[in-house]
Amino acid sequence: MYTQGLDQKGKKSDGPAPVESTERLAAFQARVDAEEKIEPKDWMPEAYRKTLVRQISQHAHSEIIGMQPEGNWLTRAPTLRRKCILLAKVQDEAGHGLYLYGSGETLGTSRDQMIDDLLIGKAKYSSIFNYPALTWADMGAIGWLVDGAAIMNQIPLCRCSYGPYARAMVRICKEESFHQRQGFEIMLSLSRGNQAQKDMAQDALNRWWWPSIMMFGPSDKDSKHSAQSMVWKIKRFSNDELRQKFVDVTVPQAEFLGLRVPDDDLKFDKKAGHYDIGEIDWQEFYEVLKGNGPCNRQRMAKRQKAHNDGAWVREAARAYAAKQADKKAA
Amino acid sequence: MADKNWPLYEVFIRSKSGLSHRHAGSVHAADDEMALDHARDVYTRRNEGISIWVVRSSEIVASDPAESSALFEPATDKIYRHPTFYEIPDGVENL
Amino acid sequence: MSKKDILIAYLLRLGDNALVLGQRLTEIVAAGPELEEELANANLALDYLGQARMFYSYAGELEGKDRGEDYFAFLREEGEFRNLLLVEQPNGHFGDTIIRQVLFDIFYLLQLDALQSCSDERLAEIAAKAIKEIRYHLRHGRQWMIRLGDGTDQSHQRVSDSVQHLWMYTGEMFATDALDDAMRKEWDGPDLALLKERWQAEVAQMLDEATISLPDGDWAADGGKQGRHTEHFGYLIAEMQHLQRVHPGLSW
Repeated sequence: MYTQGLDQKGKKSDGPAPVESTERLAAFQARVDAEEKIEPKDWMPEAYRKTLVRQISQHAHSEIIGMQPEGNWLTRAPTLRRKCILLAKVQDEAGHGLYLYGSGETLGTSRDQMIDDLLIGKAKYSSIFNYPALTWADMGAIGWLVDGAAIMNQIPLCRCSYGPYARAMVRICKEESFHQRQGFEIMLSLSRGNQAQKDMAQDALNRWWWPSIMMFGPSDKDSKHSAQSMVWKIKRFSNDELRQKFVDVTVPQAEFLGLRVPDDDLKFDKKAGHYDIGEIDWQEFYEVLKGNGPCNRQRMAKRQKAHNDGAWVREAARAYAAKQADKKAA
Repeated sequence: MADKNWPLYEVFIRSKSGLSHRHAGSVHAADDEMALDHARDVYTRRNEGISIWVVRSSEIVASDPAESSALFEPATDKIYRHPTFYEIPDGVENL
Repeated sequence: MSKKDILIAYLLRLGDNALVLGQRLTEIVAAGPELEEELANANLALDYLGQARMFYSYAGELEGKDRGEDYFAFLREEGEFRNLLLVEQPNGHFGDTIIRQVLFDIFYLLQLDALQSCSDERLAEIAAKAIKEIRYHLRHGRQWMIRLGDGTDQSHQRVSDSVQHLWMYTGEMFATDALDDAMRKEWDGPDLALLKERWQAEVAQMLDEATISLPDGDWAADGGKQGRHTEHFGYLIAEMQHLQRVHPGLSW
């Protein structure tokens, strides 16, 4: 059960934390190697706990911030059916954030703490959401490419070593597959539409292709956390492996849509059975990660405003609950 | 209590008549009624349930993993509790 | 007006209320006070949009001019929309959003309840389905109204102000016009005078529980049901209809 991670403040400590002896660490690693799931009250190295909190909260923040680019088009969806579908998708994203914050909370932090870290800029979220959603076709591209990339990442996470995170991922993956399908369906409609619609679809692909490729992160040799995360089975495949899989799966889909992938160097290597892609502009990735993307400030400002605007509401609910509790006790 | 958070609740859903409630996840809520509504909004969107239980997470009493061996291993060698332990000769019906 | 035309016009009014309120709720996605409320808000909006689609589709079928739900939502002019002024009011803060919805939903629930026994089978079926959704809306809205009314001094003040400034839009719900009369006579539709009594009683009780004073004064703004809107409406429609107006006649 989840009792360990909750409301740690005010709880009496059981004494000093057990020392991270080599025996304990080895025993822990043996469990992970044997594909045993680590659950909330199990002993775990502090670094394992920390890295999970970082990864899970980043993932949760991404879902919440990710509601914004799509949320912007809800009021302008071109048909009622599309409006409902997009709304259900964005709603799912809020839910995913919620499941993820929940699994993070089993590790001794709180949702409020994780959100505070996001709002002060200490915690990161996927930089893909710092790009603007400029046309209706972006809704298609985001669903098809961004959710497609997310699914590549998320399916292996269903088998990650930490139980609550793995279970949250199972739930998320079930919901995510419709997200990609609705995006592809939008692209399909546009690619079968008039010239303006086809142009809109191509333009969206042009803008979202490279950011989606970059979603998988830098090559693992350049990534700080990869190696240890693989050992702890928090990460199951390398960034490059997942990126390659995404490209191989997605290029044929673009061809089906009659759209051109914006990569002059893209070519199929028959011997290897894979697509080779052009050079990725990592400079852009790091700039966006640093805060210089087109929408970083706007996304954070909106999140901050929602949080601030809601304070009186959250407080009122607590005050009312306290009054009711007092009445009951009296 | 200076706690800024709404308390955490664990959510259990009975998916259909005849089955037990199963743990679905958690929600934050200011009070019990809100917790039920939130559980409904979050965990039953895809017809996942016909009944919801919510419990304050702080009310859950859990076994300590450090005691797992003492709690659970003694049962592993009492295999005579399983029907498969018993050999029934051919020709005997309804046993 | 023919008997069929009465039903069509009434269905469009129902659809318009649901659509406009649904649209308002889509504006506040990602701006909610807590994550769980985001999910709740989306459920409420999906319910209204779903109801709008049912009312519009049925109206289109009856019309027989090959016009469907999207025609009614995206290709009619402002003046053709016959929603209540109440539902087009801006979202404001969370208290405004809740109060606007509760005041409408109490009426809508009574209206749907009456429509369950109207003499058009299909409308009665739609009403029977929608009423379950609105019951849940009221459960949510009522609890929030009480929490805000009886929460902190600040929340009490804010939500009391919400009730005060939205009150003038509530009279229109019960202002019986020619279409309401015709609906009652030809199709056994709701008796608004009866609905008004029940609405007043329920609202008074809820406000009391929420420790909010019942506003006095019975000035009622109107015009929505006749297609005369507030200034907000133009912007709402422009945003909603934009794509279909710029790219007419396409599939999406």
